[in-house]
Amino acid sequence: MSTDVLNLNLRVWRQAGPNATGGFKTYRLNGVSTHMSFLEMLDVLNEQLIAQSEEPVEFDHDCREGICGMCSLMINGQAHGPDNATTTCQLHMRRFKDGDTITIEPWRAAAFPVVRDLVVDRSAFDRIIQAGGFVSINTGNAPDGNAIPVPGVKQEVAMDGAACIGCGACVAACKNASAMLFVSAKVSQLAILPQGHPERNTRVINMVAQMDKEGFGSCTNTSECEAACPAEVSVAHIARLNREYLRASIFAEA
Amino acid sequence: MVRVASDTLNSRVPEGPLQQKWDKHLFDMKLVNPANKRKFTVIVVGTGLAGGAAAASMGELGYNVKSFCFQDSPRRAHSIAAQGGINAAKNYQNDGDSVWRLFYDTLKGGDYRAREANVHRLAQVSNNIIDQCVAQGVPFAREYGGTLSNRSFGGAQVSRTFYCRGQTGQQLLLGAYQAMMRQVSAGKVKLFARREMLELIIVDGLARGIVVRNLATGQLETHTADAVVLATGGYGNVYYLSTMAKGCNVTAAWRCARKGALFANPCYTQIHPTCIPVTGDYQSKLTLMSESLRNDGRVWVPAAKGDKRAPDQIPDAERDYYLERRYPSFGNLAPRDISSRAAKERCDAGHGVGDTGLSVFLDFRDAIKRDGEDVIRKKYGNLFHMYHKITAEDPYKQPMRIFPAVHYTMGGLWVDYNLMSNIKGLYVLGEANFSDHGANRLGASALMQGLSDGYFVIPYTIGDHLATTKLEKVPEDHPACLQAKKDAEDRITRLMSVQGKRSVDSFHRELGLLMWEKCGMARNRAGLEQVIGEIRELRERYWKDVRVLGSGATLNQSLEKAGRVADFMEFGELLAIDALNREESCGGHFREEYQTSEGEAARNDADYSYVAAWEFQGAGEEPVLHKEPLVFENVKPSTRSYK
Repeated sequence: MSTDVLNLNLRVWRQAGPNATGGFKTYRLNGVSTHMSFLEMLDVLNEQLIAQSEEPVEFDHDCREGICGMCSLMINGQAHGPDNATTTCQLHMRRFKDGDTITIEPWRAAAFPVVRDLVVDRSAFDRIIQAGGFVSINTGNAPDGNAIPVPGVKQEVAMDGAACIGCGACVAACKNASAMLFVSAKVSQLAILPQGHPERNTRVINMVAQMDKEGFGSCTNTSECEAACPAEVSVAHIARLNREYLRASIFAEA
Repeated sequence: MVRVASDTLNSRVPEGPLQQKWDKHLFDMKLVNPANKRKFTVIVVGTGLAGGAAAASMGELGYNVKSFCFQDSPRRAHSIAAQGGINAAKNYQNDGDSVWRLFYDTLKGGDYRAREANVHRLAQVSNNIIDQCVAQGVPFAREYGGTLSNRSFGGAQVSRTFYCRGQTGQQLLLGAYQAMMRQVSAGKVKLFARREMLELIIVDGLARGIVVRNLATGQLETHTADAVVLATGGYGNVYYLSTMAKGCNVTAAWRCARKGALFANPCYTQIHPTCIPVTGDYQSKLTLMSESLRNDGRVWVPAAKGDKRAPDQIPDAERDYYLERRYPSFGNLAPRDISSRAAKERCDAGHGVGDTGLSVFLDFRDAIKRDGEDVIRKKYGNLFHMYHKITAEDPYKQPMRIFPAVHYTMGGLWVDYNLMSNIKGLYVLGEANFSDHGANRLGASALMQGLSDGYFVIPYTIGDHLATTKLEKVPEDHPACLQAKKDAEDRITRLMSVQGKRSVDSFHRELGLLMWEKCGMARNRAGLEQVIGEIRELRERYWKDVRVLGSGATLNQSLEKAGRVADFMEFGELLAIDALNREESCGGHFREEYQTSEGEAARNDADYSYVAAWEFQGAGEEPVLHKEPLVFENVKPSTRSYK
């Protein structure tokens, strides 16, 4: 493996707090190894800032292996950067060229207000799940795991939706800041599995209502969300959500 | 030289035959009347498998639960990163599994350093966990006919592992999270995200609350309750580089240890054999490749020292499949501690591969030839994708390179059979406690323990405490609350006022390197004695030279890290003291002085068949050792052999 080194200009969104006015600040960062992940590059930037007595850039991250959904960032206008099916923490600097200027912003959506710098508040997603993204089964009530067979093929489709990591890239990538891909992934998973059937109607109605209440935009089927999704959740789930919603609106008891 | 307490610890394991202990105990415990449950409030810190499951289940029972996590959402807890699967004794595969076999395997896998009764209970409730998760809509892998699939997993000779592709932890966590959010919606669980626990509040000897910092606003908050449940995970990040999430820390547990909770077996750390090797000094974490890969991948190094040829240029006869050679019956599936040490042994002997010589091959060539690329892709696609992303090497075309990394910590706060620490009213669940895995954890057992503790143990045992203890209401201005809050405040002020020259991360890296070099995969007396002094010295420098910029009144990630690293600096010393005290090799703890002629761990049951639970006496002071003797009434400790 050869080690190439990049010298970069970073345009980073800095914002002192939720109500402060933010703006871009440009930093020069030299000697970035192409083997670094994007977040490791930001670690190095922060070391440089701390050494210069400038407050480091705040950004959300945790597992750094692409599964927790905590990292975010618009990188040159793209949610999680230029690679397909990749979170920011799994994006590597070999994707960039020496001398590049990289623009780094927080998720842009009214429903995800900025907390500080690149950190946003995504608690709206929790409230959407709270509205119905579950199966109402108390601990101890369960029948044997094999009591209800689920065809392997169906289970695979449910798992495709369940794979959503809740990062919010779909919202950030959407020109309307719609959360339809996120909501549909959960609705779809639980609509496909027999365990989710008893609450199928109320779930989709309540989750969509909460989504609207949180201020997310409408879906206009542009599919930017699917392109940005690190978990490769397909817009086919949105189609299923629409069917579920229609079905529930017609057949649900009042 | 170690100060040993005169009394031994009472684990409060119920009397009776092993198989009947839990059932009998369920009957013997006092119940809280359904109408009275709403009068009690329980704090749960942490929202991983154990904490999420506990909060959901206690909410369902009718308790008022306050749930805390430092992440922006409870769904981020690091349980989410577990890849491989979860064990249960269902015997769906008709291959000879049973509760007893799962119990036996787990106890043996832990190198006979776990409590028999806890391990048996874990095996017993394992089946309920699978049922519960299926009912929640967790999409476990299924056969075409619709029944649940299983695979065999690290160190087991039966197929008892249930899985969701390579994302089992994620799906189980989302199941627990959704169950918990349902209780949030029902008003029984109140959620406090972006809160970090900084102090435990003890009133009249009972755990009655916590002080947390709201990480978004910097505000300190006091929360009181009738009991406190910690489910705050492991301490692997004391090594800086580990497979844990960056936020994982020992602070919640260590704050309790400083208030008198005993910390048990800190030296039992698991080094996982299949991780992506380190590439540079900027490295911020290590990435695990699920050991399920070892079901189809073969581990090897070149037979000749320093052989730098490309792997496909090395013919079979010149390859050393060292796990298959040394452990013919388990081969590539040998348990984690054994596989890790074998990799280190080969690399130390000069057979390692890659630029640094600190990695071995994990090769899928034969499996792809046998089953076809499509089959391998279906099983491991996401793992291969992740590997490719990180290394820019395609594992379908060339072998993966792997090396061991810190992954899981078996030690944790001491708890009795009820999962209560020695501080009454303080319960500890999941990885944060020490109880079920002994000196080494088997693959797919962490998820099992977290959910067992959360869904099926704590909802019962906490009732016994609440029903039998006099609990006066504690107001937020109680002197103990004010003092705890002041302690937290003072500490933040102290960290902010050092205004030294070095970043928190630079100190954390230095500590991690010390721990890895002298207290990592292999340990010895001289190294441990030396490292204890070095940690003390580093800690002094830390408090003189750490630089935390900004203010405590806003989101400030440097400050968050600074508090965690300060605690690691104290805890790391205890880990080394425990490793020094334990003059034997067992599981993840390998003392070079105590090995067989074949280089295997040599246990010393006569002198060390006990839990070492340490009582904090002040930073830099010698801790006091409390022993819980381990009694094996049902299984005779044998030498683990995987040959």
